[in-house]
Amino acid sequence: MAQLSPTAEVPGHAGVGGGVHRRREAPWWLLPLTVFLFLGAFIVYSFWTAMFQGFKADCALAAYHCGPYLSPFYSPQVGDTPLGHPFNSSAMWILPIPLLFRATCYYYRKAYYRSFFWDPPACAVGELRRREYHGETRFPGILNNLHRYFMYAATVVLVFLWIDAVEAFTYNGQWYLGLGTLLMVVNVILLTGYTFSCHSVRHLVGGGLNCFSKARLGAGRFRLWHWFSSLNEHHPSYAWLSLSSVALVDIYIRLLQHGVFIDPHITF
Amino acid sequence: MTEMENPTATSTSDDLDPAQGLTGETLTLHVFKGEPGETGTEQAYEVPGVTGMVVLDAIHYIQRNLDTDLACRWNCKAAKCGSCSAEINGKPALLCKTRVDELPAGPITVRPLKAFPLVKDLVTDVSRNFEVNKEIPPFTPAKDDGKPWRVAQRDISRLREHRMCIECFLCQDVCHVLRDHDHSKRFYGPRFMVRVASLEMHPKDTLDRIDLTRKAGGMGYCNITKCCTEVCPEHIHITDNAIIPLKERYADRHWDPLRWVGRKLKGDGSKQAEGSK
Repeated sequence: MAQLSPTAEVPGHAGVGGGVHRRREAPWWLLPLTVFLFLGAFIVYSFWTAMFQGFKADCALAAYHCGPYLSPFYSPQVGDTPLGHPFNSSAMWILPIPLLFRATCYYYRKAYYRSFFWDPPACAVGELRRREYHGETRFPGILNNLHRYFMYAATVVLVFLWIDAVEAFTYNGQWYLGLGTLLMVVNVILLTGYTFSCHSVRHLVGGGLNCFSKARLGAGRFRLWHWFSSLNEHHPSYAWLSLSSVALVDIYIRLLQHGVFIDPHITF
Repeated sequence: MTEMENPTATSTSDDLDPAQGLTGETLTLHVFKGEPGETGTEQAYEVPGVTGMVVLDAIHYIQRNLDTDLACRWNCKAAKCGSCSAEINGKPALLCKTRVDELPAGPITVRPLKAFPLVKDLVTDVSRNFEVNKEIPPFTPAKDDGKPWRVAQRDISRLREHRMCIECFLCQDVCHVLRDHDHSKRFYGPRFMVRVASLEMHPKDTLDRIDLTRKAGGMGYCNITKCCTEVCPEHIHITDNAIIPLKERYADRHWDPLRWVGRKLKGDGSKQAEGSK
């Protein structure tokens, strides 16, 4: 078996902090690019619908083709006046809560640090740009420690979304079951899964304990922690599915408002 | 007959047993060779493929048949000693746990760990990890805690995962804080976050290391990109089950006014988080 001649001159071992990027067969850029496009599209869409579509959307709620549905971007209804400024919509008041909940989420941190900030773009490929790194030791990264408070606030919003989903089963005094109803129910289930699979929830129900046996309600909290830990394993899936379902429900209701099609439904 | 025609003729390696079956495939490995202070090279070698072969088998074949000067640290060849850590096709991995038939077609690149100083070829100096370890106060039970201890399974079960660490330091190598930003003086690294977590969660330990981990340990430098978890050969959920729980404990203490009020009402001025020692 032959020993071949050196194939490549490389600048030493590169050492710590060196700029040599290793050769990799896998397209490391594919995942961060996909996340960048998907997450970026959602951010642009959510700001567009919150800032420029709120007045129209809220006022159109009474219209027939809107039916019993309320977009998750506009729930709960606060800050709206029929003749108010377009920017003064429910979404403008409510959207910061779920957005900050997600922005400080441990899973989304991985997603956006890799895709938007390239810190790093993928494992062991180098930083691609040189700058001083402080991580989450300084502003604004250190504010991620507030994650649990956004979780509390998002849970309150979630209650309203459940109310909306239940109310979507009635319309004009009749029981109503449409495609939109099902979409709203699926959406709120996914959002519940995302909220309660949160790492902070897992910590608060029992993860912060060192000794379950000596803690108050320790046995129950251990079972609860165990259950939430299982749920937590699916946190990334809930994160993406719930993000998609929120956008999908909003788009569906918007299409109904514009009369693109009629909601398939039964009443009884 | 040349080596190429009968590659087993000159091999005495138990790691390349012809009884296992030659695949007939010839593998090309590009292996880093070099020493500190000199320009290294990637040397190409051709190695006969064997069923079930791992990259360490190929390195051993090279050492025994093609290049006796090639340096590589290894010990158990069972993915339990953590000695043969290297970077295979650019990804930190154990040489003994990476099967060549699971790698993409084409040359296999083998290089030393990037985050540590080079000793020679594939061997790096990982001793700074042991210095970090000394900074962490060890397990300290209460002096009056009579033995034998009785520990409930529910109190100890989650620590088993932390104890599976084989100290291969792949997580330290892949962590961009150490690898790319060279913050080894400011950040303990993932392996030692696991160690701190296992001590902090131990029901019999009495010390508190949360503030130490935040300040000297630089826990805030971790931005949860989970590369450490991706490369761990023991499949320890380093981020989810060690670093994030530590970050949450820190948030309990310094970022949670409700808990602060609760502690004041209870008259506990020690800033201890709920459940801490």
